[in-house]
Amino acid sequence: MIRKLVRFLDRRTGTAPLLRKTLRYLFPDHWSFLLGEVALYSFVILVATGIYLTLFYENSTATVVYHGPYVPLQGQEMTQAYRSVLDISTTVKAGLLIRQTHHWAADIFIAAIVLHLIRIFFTGAYRKPRELTYWIGLTILLVSLLEGYLGYSLADDLLSGMGLAIGYGVAVSIPFFGANLAALIWDGPFPGKHDFFSRMYVAHVFLIPALIGALLVLHLALVALRHHTQFRETRRQTERKVVGIPTFPGQTPRSLGLFFAVAGVLFLLGGLVQINPIWLWGPYHTYISTNGAQPDWYLGWLIGALRLVPGFDLTIGHYTLVANPFWGGAALPSLVFIFLYLWPWLERRFGGDSAYHNLLDRPRDAPMRTAIGMTTLTWVFLPFVAGSSDRIYVTFGLPYIPQIWAFRVLAVVAPPLAGLIAFWVCRELQAGERVERRRKRAEEEAELA
Amino acid sequence: MRRLLVTGLLALALPAAAAAAGDQQLGYRLFGQYCVACHGVAGSGIAPARVIGTGPQRVPRQQLGLAPSLQGVGALAADFYLRTGYMPLQHVGLQPRRKPVIFDEPQLEGLIAYVASLGRGPKVPKPHPERGSLSEGMQLFTDHCAGCHQVVGEGGYVTGALPPPLKDATSTQIAEAIRIGPYVMPRFSTKALSPSQVNSIVRYVRYAKSPDDRGGWAIGHVGPIPEGLVAWFLGMTALVACCIAIGRRFRRG
Repeated sequence: MIRKLVRFLDRRTGTAPLLRKTLRYLFPDHWSFLLGEVALYSFVILVATGIYLTLFYENSTATVVYHGPYVPLQGQEMTQAYRSVLDISTTVKAGLLIRQTHHWAADIFIAAIVLHLIRIFFTGAYRKPRELTYWIGLTILLVSLLEGYLGYSLADDLLSGMGLAIGYGVAVSIPFFGANLAALIWDGPFPGKHDFFSRMYVAHVFLIPALIGALLVLHLALVALRHHTQFRETRRQTERKVVGIPTFPGQTPRSLGLFFAVAGVLFLLGGLVQINPIWLWGPYHTYISTNGAQPDWYLGWLIGALRLVPGFDLTIGHYTLVANPFWGGAALPSLVFIFLYLWPWLERRFGGDSAYHNLLDRPRDAPMRTAIGMTTLTWVFLPFVAGSSDRIYVTFGLPYIPQIWAFRVLAVVAPPLAGLIAFWVCRELQAGERVERRRKRAEEEAELA
Repeated sequence: MRRLLVTGLLALALPAAAAAAGDQQLGYRLFGQYCVACHGVAGSGIAPARVIGTGPQRVPRQQLGLAPSLQGVGALAADFYLRTGYMPLQHVGLQPRRKPVIFDEPQLEGLIAYVASLGRGPKVPKPHPERGSLSEGMQLFTDHCAGCHQVVGEGGYVTGALPPPLKDATSTQIAEAIRIGPYVMPRFSTKALSPSQVNSIVRYVRYAKSPDDRGGWAIGHVGPIPEGLVAWFLGMTALVACCIAIGRRFRRG
């Protein structure tokens, strides 16, 4: 059947060579290569559910009085945006299922990208000739964080508004041009005018998804052009020889299976586990707030960093040079992303290895990289946990202030320590393998003698 | 015959009234045992009386003395602090937290009656949540309470205190807490929140204990933290397991 299909297409387009190449493309079959696919399929679900939601979402900050079926909100003033999300959650057919699936898919999408990035980093898959692929992947992660934040904000519930207030605070804190930048984006001081919501909306439903889509195509095209990397697992796998399974009949059913698994998990979560119950949060007004407001998990490290940075402002006379939220909200993510972007170059420059690499390292094969990766990961992970310190207090009774101090100390001490431990573990593993190899050789020699 | 009936009814009613008022003698004895060390003889208070009450100086200065005067706090405050287990406190300066009540019902009534007898003070309120409006209650709660107690009453953290989750609060205790303002909570007078508004708030808080949980398993009503845990530990774990099942594990050759 495939042959017939190819012949049909070839007679009309002359693309048989390309199709044959595609069908014979060899995929590495190690499971960790599937993490990126999980992200890809989550994105597919995001687009599909997102389209359904745009059919019902009203992007308007005009105020209305609610008279719908949800009793605790009846008679309350709210924006049309919030009311439409409320309607999606209460009266629209399958609205809540789709909304929840969309939100879960966003959480899973970024989680899968992060795991994928961790795999790429620790195995050295970003090395020459694949830096472009890596940079595009990083950019996808970066804009996805923004995309998720915008989606969280568009619902215009209590958490949305508080999240935007924090975002505004961070934007204003950027030295020199922060205030102007914030005024430009928000179309005036917080909470902004109607144009601001239009901007968020057009960015969330069109600009950023289109950008992510385009970057994804580029990312995948580059992967295919330079071919996947592979682990050195058998003697047959070398820098020049690819071992794997072909697109068809090998990889296609696996990928399809994985797609159904992703869709299944996401829709199960969407149908069975409540996420962002905006009807419970109520609408946002600038004069109200709720305790324990949090961003979605992928921005948790920023809220944690805002908490951990001690309270100080850099001022010259009466002029505030750098306001406090800058450090946790803007400097930390900038530093982490700049480091990630520069890393392939840094490693080439200081590691002195500018060769082509088609074979992956195991983390233990490159102790220095593993150590630096663990340091960075710990440095991001600690503020991430600190972002939940208030709920940790409420749930487990660990007092808040000592927690914050413990996290501050850990944020300085733990990352280098984690790096050192990782380095030592890698060296020990290498040594263990050397011993093992020597023992094997000795045994073989003994057998020969 | 009619006279006889009235006398009979009175005879029945009198002991009942006495029981509701509580045995002040028993209360007096218990006060001596559990309360007098901090609250002073006849609840005179060991802290200077003027630092008690709302106001910006209240929190830091309240800790200077041992305990406030109980003269004039009325049955309302005694009922709240004793029935929540907030009092007796292990040591001064702690935030009172909900604990198992160590007194039995006659002892509680005795203590409340005794404290109420120390001065003219408010009675135990009788809120009527069924007369309140859920929608007004949610609005008032979001305006006045959610900043500390979280919008679904799940509690949280504020500087120096832990606004408790409201899952265990009874209707009466909610109404009492609004009037007292325990620990760092502000106090709301009947001018700030009328009894009918209190009814609405009580109704909302009771609703929030088991709110409309459309959408499936409610993972705590606190939003992104449990959601992140589910995303990673359920969703992502399941999908990584799928990857491992579909893909191949390491082999050395």
